[in-house]
Amino acid sequence: MTISREDVLRVAELAHLELTPEEAELYRGQLDEILNYIGKLQQLDVTNVEPMTQMSSQTVAASGEPRPGAESDLREDTLLPCHIADAVLEQAPDAVKPFFRVPRVIER
Amino acid sequence: MSAGGPWTIASIQTSLRTKKISAREITTEFYADIDRRNPSLNAYLALSRDRAFAQADRVDVATACGEKLGPLAGVPIAVKDVINTAGVRTTCGSKILETYVPPYDATAVARLEKAGAIILGKTNCDEFAMGSSNENSAYGPVRNPAALDRVPGGSSGGSAAAVAAGLAVAALGTDTGGSIRQPGACCGIPAMMPTYGRVSRYGLIAFASSLDRIGPFARNIADATAVMSVIAGHDENDATSAAVSVPDYAAEIEPPVAELRIGVPEEYFGQGIDAEVKDKVLAGIALLEKLGCRRVPLKMPHTEYAIATYYIIATAEASSNLARYDGVRYGLRVPGSTLIEMYRKTRERGFGAEVKRRLMLGTYALSSGYYDAYYLRAQKVRALIARDFSEAFEKVDAIVTPTTPTPAFKLGEKTSDPLQMYLADIYTVTGSLSGIPGISVPCGETRGQLPIGMQILGPRFSESRVLQLARAFEKAGGFTI
Repeated sequence: MTISREDVLRVAELAHLELTPEEAELYRGQLDEILNYIGKLQQLDVTNVEPMTQMSSQTVAASGEPRPGAESDLREDTLLPCHIADAVLEQAPDAVKPFFRVPRVIER
Repeated sequence: MSAGGPWTIASIQTSLRTKKISAREITTEFYADIDRRNPSLNAYLALSRDRAFAQADRVDVATACGEKLGPLAGVPIAVKDVINTAGVRTTCGSKILETYVPPYDATAVARLEKAGAIILGKTNCDEFAMGSSNENSAYGPVRNPAALDRVPGGSSGGSAAAVAAGLAVAALGTDTGGSIRQPGACCGIPAMMPTYGRVSRYGLIAFASSLDRIGPFARNIADATAVMSVIAGHDENDATSAAVSVPDYAAEIEPPVAELRIGVPEEYFGQGIDAEVKDKVLAGIALLEKLGCRRVPLKMPHTEYAIATYYIIATAEASSNLARYDGVRYGLRVPGSTLIEMYRKTRERGFGAEVKRRLMLGTYALSSGYYDAYYLRAQKVRALIARDFSEAFEKVDAIVTPTTPTPAFKLGEKTSDPLQMYLADIYTVTGSLSGIPGISVPCGETRGQLPIGMQILGPRFSESRVLQLARAFEKAGGFTI
């Protein structure tokens, strides 16, 4: 697997990163090397292996293997008072209570 | 320092009870040492003096009133800067959170303070806990107290260095692929990664949610055990924390270890291991055998796929978790004429090189056309790695390996080669992927006096047994073997 400069720029766009041309070239080489290393996973036969998608003890047996079909044990979804809006907005780069303010999203 | 050497939790508690020293005096002493030594180590990023002295005074009032003291009363503790502390700046070692002051405490921090601990400050780390050397911090690298030209390991390098240098009695770190155990080994102190779900992560700023864990650094096993006893347990604010009762660790670690079966997987002693590390860890295993443990050779055939698996899963999860840093709600904002431009400029300036590299790798692994080949396949290989462990634990009670393939490397030695840096975690990522607990304990030094670490891994929720072996090893002189 080789990763092209176009791939790097496309991935950067998806990740909302803006790369300089020098960064794009540096990352292309490094990601290429890492992806080549990761390619060793293709050697393994994984047919009939269930992916390990959950780590919680409720969904994984004590042995460490996934319990197929098990769901997380979630608490009741009950409303509780939570008066933290002011404290949260204090951290915002630009807030007009009770909102975060951002640049225009929709062009008219 | 107390008369008998560095402070321990036990010596602090005795000195407080007998009124030989006050919590305020202990705190003052630690800050004096930090002021003197932190400029060369760079282990702390922020000090929480007001909060620490307020807590020390509460402990002193309680002592004066003859109240029963908490299990960590007056114990100075450092907290890795990815764990939220209300009112104390929490940066994750990143420019993007340079100004962030959390409005709430992580559960682990709240539990420490409730037990009487004094939170001294926040420790340096690789940016968003991504790194194995602490060189990815936006606030400069930490230096290893054992050798100032060497890295302390990462990502919890500041916590490890602070405890090793005596600038905290214990510290909280986080482990995603080795970030507690590896710096513990590099700095020569015990360092524990608990079972996934054993310690609440409420208030831990997420890197990779199926891997992240909070755990302690200390200078001896009794102290690590005392911290574990306080921070372990279910928390309804963390849906991934386990509703599994916490045993009396302090009582369970004392029985002799004779007859315990310890597995030694051959894959952890092969190509790439430093000869001195191998010799010392084998000597450590021989010492456990002398204590009556039975050594069982193991094969764990999927070990060699662990780094590749880890770097897909961890980066994929990070690419999702770190999407929240967009300049809208907290931290850095770089203005842009549109929302998207603001996101891009903010993230470009706010994130360092390793974080960007991992976000791109993770985004790539999850992107359309590559998901099955990378992410889904990695999750399947993860199941195979976990199966290696579950099969091994049918034959053995614990597994003993080196923590790292080499002792601490020099600053700058691996920064230009990300893949070589990733391979520093080769013996620790397996336990991370499998959700099991593990501890790194000191196991002698190289001829050049660099610390060596030995790793003890156990089945899920076997913290008692892992600590019991560590304690027996410590008592038998294994730390200085």
